[in-house]
Amino acid sequence: MTALIALLVRDMRLAIRVGGGAPIGVLFFLIVVTLTPFAIGPDLALLARIGPAILWLGALLASLLALDRLVAADLEDGSLDLILTAGVPLELAVAVKAVAHWLTTGLPLVVAAPLLGLLLNLDPAATGAVALTLLAGTPALTFIGLIGAAVTVTLRRGGLLLAILVLPLTIPVLIFGVAAANAAIVGPMPFATPFTILCGIALLSIVAGTFAAAAALRHAME
Amino acid sequence: MRLLGSDLGCIRGGRTVLSGLGFTVSAGEALVVLGPNGVGKSTLLRLVAGLVRRSKGELSLEGGDSELSIGEQAHYLGHLDALKPSLTVRENLTFWSRYLGGSAEPQVVLAAVGLDGIAELPAAYLSAGQRRRLSVARLLAVRRPLWLLDEPTSALDTNAQTALAGFMADHLAGGGLILAAAHGPIGLRAPRELRLGGSS
Amino acid sequence: MPLIDLANPTRFRTLADRILPWLGAATILAFALGLQQAYFAPNDYQQGATVKIMFLHVPSAWLSTMAWGVMSVAALGTLVWRHPLADVAAKSAAPLGAAFTLLCLITGSLWGRPMWGTYWVWDARLTSELVLFLMYLGVIALWHTIDDPGRAARAVAVLTLVGALDLPIIKFSVDWWNTLHQPASVFRVGGSTIDRSMLIPLLIMAIAFTLLFFTLHLAAMRNEIMRRRVRTLLMLRADAAGGH
Repeated sequence: MTALIALLVRDMRLAIRVGGGAPIGVLFFLIVVTLTPFAIGPDLALLARIGPAILWLGALLASLLALDRLVAADLEDGSLDLILTAGVPLELAVAVKAVAHWLTTGLPLVVAAPLLGLLLNLDPAATGAVALTLLAGTPALTFIGLIGAAVTVTLRRGGLLLAILVLPLTIPVLIFGVAAANAAIVGPMPFATPFTILCGIALLSIVAGTFAAAAALRHAME
Repeated sequence: MRLLGSDLGCIRGGRTVLSGLGFTVSAGEALVVLGPNGVGKSTLLRLVAGLVRRSKGELSLEGGDSELSIGEQAHYLGHLDALKPSLTVRENLTFWSRYLGGSAEPQVVLAAVGLDGIAELPAAYLSAGQRRRLSVARLLAVRRPLWLLDEPTSALDTNAQTALAGFMADHLAGGGLILAAAHGPIGLRAPRELRLGGSS
Repeated sequence: MPLIDLANPTRFRTLADRILPWLGAATILAFALGLQQAYFAPNDYQQGATVKIMFLHVPSAWLSTMAWGVMSVAALGTLVWRHPLADVAAKSAAPLGAAFTLLCLITGSLWGRPMWGTYWVWDARLTSELVLFLMYLGVIALWHTIDDPGRAARAVAVLTLVGALDLPIIKFSVDWWNTLHQPASVFRVGGSTIDRSMLIPLLIMAIAFTLLFFTLHLAAMRNEIMRRRVRTLLMLRADAAGGH
């Protein structure tokens, strides 16, 4: 347990100290949201209607940031060698690294979403719904992204490839996340239906992501 | 405790790197693997550590903990230093000590390698020799019976090499085992040698 | 003293130490005068007292652009003349520019809310300020991501100059985009002309804001020089820690 907490603290420290971390993810989120009205016009009614979708797309893309360094950095400096001989199961180690990534990248996006909702003319209820679905969905995005990171770990410039691999896998999360937010805003579907499915997908992603990523890393080492 | 390897083989990227390799290392003994570059010395160490899959052969650690893999009872010191530049010297050491289950006091270990004066410095500012010394500090902080050392004296100056020789002697005297890869002498007193070379 | 003398960090610090108290005092005086004038200026017949946010909003907007101008001059100093203080000046100006831009955005949002009914409409001028804000944040992110200060300065300098060329184009595009979509309400600063009774307080506030910028900028430059000194000392300490 001490080992896992030490790993969590170390990864969070690294995320904060190196290359921006949380502020950069939020900044990217802000930019994506800002770009949208330039493309579709500043019609406030329209923006409010598709607001949840824009926020979800922005959060999805911003979540992918820094994922490619999540495990590649440890491979390149020899940390992965030691992690494998530590006596702590690799599955737990990658899960903890993903949690650290979510806390420093995903969670700030959830916190920033209400402010960005303001720019998109969303009312407080709508913003709350979006934030809640993001809270459930961003962990799924991180753990799915973890798979891509592990699979591309040996590539020098795996960033774009990682995005290509991961984004299709995140489509269910996106569908149910936006559906849940819209259900809360306009109905007629009850919020609970898509939201529980979203939570189910999230839990499945956490488990599958952990095991798939650990397996991919082991294969990469050989 | 004894480390036994017999008929070990390893294939990497389609190429046979090791084949038909056998050796033993007993408690209190050191075995130095010598040979030209690219012959597979590092691969052998990584194979023992479990970082690389062996394609055939047997490997066992008699007298060790049957619940743990060999790698989990070994301390691997490779070419890379596993240091994060944005963490301080102390933070780097403390992390590995906690993660690998070491019990030594960081300040004491840092003093033993002469890095206690710059414990609060970010690792980015360290020279190659200082980084190597920090890796040696990790070796001392996390005590494991088998030491797998890949060219441990590289980047170390004479003083540091003498200190390392002392640490290795202490380890052996305490019943530890050392399997090291090197180009030449690394400060051990009359170690056994295993020469790799020619076609495997 | 010639400009090159200022390149010596210690000389700059002594000069800064001497000037700063005077600059600070001048800033406070200017603000006192400006705020007093603003208080006594007449209310707008349409907007009432909220029009007075203009005395904060408009100078912030001017300063937000001016800061990029300062960064651009510093960028030239870095790339063309390799003046050592240019790096420091550029790095210190970026957060200040971002802060003034943010102030402009917030005051603009508060000013517009009574008329719009919401905190944000994608009004041409405010949207341009938002894009400028994003560019400032990008520059700050770049400063913090590249480790070596010299290399960071050159990278940021190129980005700053590209930004300086691009900003008029962005402004033009955003204005054009705005007329294309004809938003629900059109928002003009203080009516089509600014009455003389408002102009004087506005100018005084503009001077106050400018003095504030240079005071903070000078102080920030002094801090950055000290920060670099600390970094050099750390590196020396690592070398001195002995052994290879």
